[in-house]
Amino acid sequence: MRLSRPAVLSARTVALLYLAALLLLPLGLVLERTFEHGLSQAWAWMTTPAAVSALWLTILIAAIAVPLNTIFGVGCALVLVRSKARGRAILDALIDLPFLVSPIIVGLALILVYGLDGWFGSWFVNHGFPIIYAVPGMVLATIFVSLPFVVREVAPVLIEVGEDQEEAAATLGASRWQTFWRVTLPSIRWGVAYGVVLTTARALGEIGAVLVVSSNVAGKTLTLPLLVYQRDSQIGPEAVSGAYAAATELIVLSLAVLLVMTILGSRRGK
Amino acid sequence: MRIDVVGIGKRFGDFTALQEVSLEVQEGSLTALLGPSGSGKSTLLRIIAGLEEPDRGSVQIDGRDVTTVRPQERGIGFVFQHYAAFAHMSVWDNVAFGLRIRKLPKGHVQRRVEELLELVGLTAWGQRRPSQLSGGQRQRMALARALAVEPRVLLLDEPFGALDANVRAELRQWLRRLHDEQGVTTVLVTHDQEEAMEVADSIAVMHQGRIEQTGTPREVYDRPANDFVMGFLGPAVRLGDELIRPHDLRISLEPQDGAVEAMVTRVVHLGFEVRVEVELPDRAPVRAQLTRAQAGELELAPGDIVYVQIPGPASRIEASSPPGALTA
Repeated sequence: MRLSRPAVLSARTVALLYLAALLLLPLGLVLERTFEHGLSQAWAWMTTPAAVSALWLTILIAAIAVPLNTIFGVGCALVLVRSKARGRAILDALIDLPFLVSPIIVGLALILVYGLDGWFGSWFVNHGFPIIYAVPGMVLATIFVSLPFVVREVAPVLIEVGEDQEEAAATLGASRWQTFWRVTLPSIRWGVAYGVVLTTARALGEIGAVLVVSSNVAGKTLTLPLLVYQRDSQIGPEAVSGAYAAATELIVLSLAVLLVMTILGSRRGK
Repeated sequence: MRIDVVGIGKRFGDFTALQEVSLEVQEGSLTALLGPSGSGKSTLLRIIAGLEEPDRGSVQIDGRDVTTVRPQERGIGFVFQHYAAFAHMSVWDNVAFGLRIRKLPKGHVQRRVEELLELVGLTAWGQRRPSQLSGGQRQRMALARALAVEPRVLLLDEPFGALDANVRAELRQWLRRLHDEQGVTTVLVTHDQEEAMEVADSIAVMHQGRIEQTGTPREVYDRPANDFVMGFLGPAVRLGDELIRPHDLRISLEPQDGAVEAMVTRVVHLGFEVRVEVELPDRAPVRAQLTRAQAGELELAPGDIVYVQIPGPASRIEASSPPGALTA
């Protein structure tokens, strides 16, 4: 279909206005509010002990959840695409569950299993390793909500690449492990990388599931999104400005992820 | 090394890919598995390679039962229809793959890869990616990669199926020369009877999961075991309840002993051969194939009355299917 020049121009204008109204304007206002009391004030908000702790906790949770979900995701995609095991259809459906269920339900479900009144909760607490209202629960919740990304990025690539190269490697004497490292992984690497980026973005930004299982103590169990939420719900203009400062930190993290994603996207296109 | 396939059966769900297939591949021979798509020839090759597990039967390579042995340990080289090149590696690294897996010394790998790249005429292409090669070059690379590990048996699955006709013809001759030089027992899967006849010492004709006939190219062409083999290996025409090769029909302008009178209905010049369609008095129309020289002498035109000499029983075979089921 060929569009006339005025049609192209008006379509472009509508798309840009849409993006501006929904994305650029609100985000721009967040930045504006962050710096309205000056750079040093914004810096002070970002470097309070609570904010620093929240930044590190956010990164820590992502650093645990992302590698685990990458290993699980690649393995799961291999089972779904390459194996003839029974129950693949059930696995396939289950993997999408975290996308379908509201994150808050994920948090509540974790409490049912690991909470003090839950199935295993008292055992963990008695052994000095509480899960709910502590960091382990927040990690579990993050893993759960960001689980499908790697599988869903890698599985189609595996299908597209086909089994030929792996079979060729086998006939040349390579064990399964050697074939995986030398043939399979290199041929799905962009899919894995893209899945990792999406998983990271979700792990950094998750609030619903994490909120339910966190004790929400500043300096201990607050991630950046939770800090934004907490500061925003406090009374007084100062607290709200602090929320904007923390939000700006999150935006910077997300922009870094977006940058990596764009670079990967252009590389993958080649 | 010789290969013995004994009583192999294989099903995929409801589809029977192979039933009771047995085959002997002689040491140092080049055997073609020839058949239409869905005849089970690729499945049989993949079972010999260990890439597919049979439901029944056994595979022996050089007298050793390898039915449950993994492909890695069968000592085979396998070449795929769509090359299966390692896309992220250079041509050089592709050929070196099997040698490096075997952790051979660097100097040895270096020498062997260079030797093989020269053998397949890709010396100048070592640092390229497979995607920068033509189809024919990629398949030669795949052959070098398979030969690098000095397989006891070389298995080729429609290796020229994805190539242009002229590249195919060239690679076929090249493969035959290579086989004569290296002498590796080779099994080639193809649906192209000309390819099988040109390259192979022995042909196993497959149809609906069975081997219909095994023999030299001349045997299966001249003495087909049944009408399927006859029809698949070359043109066949129906004469009453029998099938014959159209080039076995002799046409003359004078009455001859045992010849049948017929009328020419159509003459088609196809360059190297001439097709003449004639109508016998009481039978269906029949197509004969003449050489240019024969046709030149006869100077046939539609409407001419000719005499058709039907060949002896050795060149005819009884048709099991009803008239019209077979077209050539």
